[in-house]
Amino acid sequence: MDRFSWSNGLLEINETLVIQQRGVRLYDGDDKAKLDVGVVLLSTHRLIWRDVKNHECCIAMPLSQILFFEEQAAGIGKSAKIVIHLHPTLTNKEPGPYQHSKYSFIKLSFKEHGQIEFYRRLTEEMTQKRWENTPVSQPIPTGTGSQAGRTRAVGIVGIERKIEEKRKETDKNISEAFEDLSKLMVKVKNAKEMVELSRSIANKIKDKQGDITEDETIRFKSYLLSMGIANPVTRETHGSGTHYHLQLAKQLGDMLQAPLEERGGMMALTEVYCLVNRARGMELLSPEDLVNACKMFESLKLPLRLRVFDSGVMVVQLQSHSEEEMIASALDSVSDKGSLTAEEFAKLLGLSVLLSKERLLLAEKMGHLCRDDSVEGLRFYPNLF
Amino acid sequence: MHRRGVGAGAIAKKKLAEAKYKERGNVLAEDQIVQMSKQLETFKSNLEEFASKHKQEIRKSSQFRVQFQEMCATIGVDPLASGKGFWSEMLGVGDFYYELGVQIIEVCLALKHRNGGLITLDELHQRVLKGRGKYAQDVSQDDLVRAIKKLKVMGSGFGMIPVGGSYLVQSVPAELNMDHTVVLQLAEKKGYVTVSEIKDSLKWEKERACHVLDHLLKEGLAWLDSQAAGESQYWLPALFSELTSRDVTPEEANQMTP
Repeated sequence: MDRFSWSNGLLEINETLVIQQRGVRLYDGDDKAKLDVGVVLLSTHRLIWRDVKNHECCIAMPLSQILFFEEQAAGIGKSAKIVIHLHPTLTNKEPGPYQHSKYSFIKLSFKEHGQIEFYRRLTEEMTQKRWENTPVSQPIPTGTGSQAGRTRAVGIVGIERKIEEKRKETDKNISEAFEDLSKLMVKVKNAKEMVELSRSIANKIKDKQGDITEDETIRFKSYLLSMGIANPVTRETHGSGTHYHLQLAKQLGDMLQAPLEERGGMMALTEVYCLVNRARGMELLSPEDLVNACKMFESLKLPLRLRVFDSGVMVVQLQSHSEEEMIASALDSVSDKGSLTAEEFAKLLGLSVLLSKERLLLAEKMGHLCRDDSVEGLRFYPNLF
Repeated sequence: MHRRGVGAGAIAKKKLAEAKYKERGNVLAEDQIVQMSKQLETFKSNLEEFASKHKQEIRKSSQFRVQFQEMCATIGVDPLASGKGFWSEMLGVGDFYYELGVQIIEVCLALKHRNGGLITLDELHQRVLKGRGKYAQDVSQDDLVRAIKKLKVMGSGFGMIPVGGSYLVQSVPAELNMDHTVVLQLAEKKGYVTVSEIKDSLKWEKERACHVLDHLLKEGLAWLDSQAAGESQYWLPALFSELTSRDVTPEEANQMTP
């Protein structure tokens, strides 16, 4: 930790911020540094750390000080860390929080995660060494040079070797997985054939060649679903859905009644997605599953409908809330108040702003409202024309 | 159950169809479906074997997830298409990304009043991580990007705009064309932009610049600072970073207003 200097945390002219991560605690070697948890920032030139509560407490270190670094996996009760080994201190270093340290490495402890991305960016910056090409207005002391090379102690070499061994061990586990993945890929080259096969079948179904039964089509579509192959086959009855989607549609029909009533009869599909998946906890629905299930509401004669507005927004709405009712109520509210914006209407009805805007637009489309469009916002008035 | 016709007439008809196809060198679709179901069984058992050994890697290693996704792309399958797919059921890939989708939607919704539905990928990443809590698995930006791609299918207006080396994530169906995008990119460095800067950098007429800025204002993506020294500045809350701002708590906000 004695490689750090006090800093004002402001970036220099040619210095760019690469990534920042909050929830990081610094370690002087293996000991927790006498600092709180803060934000670590990586720029093209420096590693900066700032206390989250006290912004004045800010320290920085040039990236050239970094010898090498590696990840330390999280453990029980321990956050994941990045261990950074450093070159010896420079003689012309500005004062920092530590005068000396018995360690030549520091650790960044990621209490709120973010270590994967940070590690990746740090690797990029240390490879590109952009600080060498773009000098900044205030000279940042560099740690490279023959002097640093000569003072590299034997101790560090030993540490490096140990770390290298440990890295190889971890790599081995990961690489075994990758090896198996490539083996799977070879076997799965058959999967490519399967995809082509499925396309050929789909075309035949479309062109109504051969004597393919309804059952076989349904079976075929469920194969496509299992594999995750895009399904080009649609039928009048169930669209591109399968038995799975049929069951889902029925479940949704039950599950969404009450929430829809509470929200004025309409919910955005993204809202439904969150609601349903939060309730499930496991075996979650994909966005496509949800859309395909909702498309079946009509054919199953359930009291819900999937509706797509002109803007592309998709909602689920209760059949009982007919279009005329919605437009009439929108017109009433607007006439009552003289004029309304989407936000005001949303507050009035307890709807989301997105959906209340869609209702007002719908009423406008039907000729009942007209708009006043200015930079202050979009306001609707009863149409007196 | 639908029975294929039996009897001489049906047999003759089938023979005729078979002959026709053989002529063209085509295989009957029914036979193909049988072939496919056999291949599927083989594939399923291969995948099961793989899953029994490496299911954990998917959740633990973002590198692995990237490799895995690329493998699926080469084959031409989408492992995230359905929660009912093999990939989801055996490897648990689906749950990882679908849950991430929920978290992304919630973060975007919570911040919409402030940034109009536009947020940097970095900020989204930070906030999703914070929301996931200490004991959850780490997620990379690649993971976020894939989850967002899936969300598009729900018509929620999710999209990604390339800006300054990273992305802005849009979560509202606001119409943003090339003109808007390029102004956002211009504003990225300082978090704001002025009409003069647009005219100088992009060589646009004043009307075009104002038209674009007005649209951003209307959509709630930009805030106008008309008291700035010189000319008005158009600020984009989506681009506010830790270095130039900090979140204000409701108590602090109350203290600040007279």
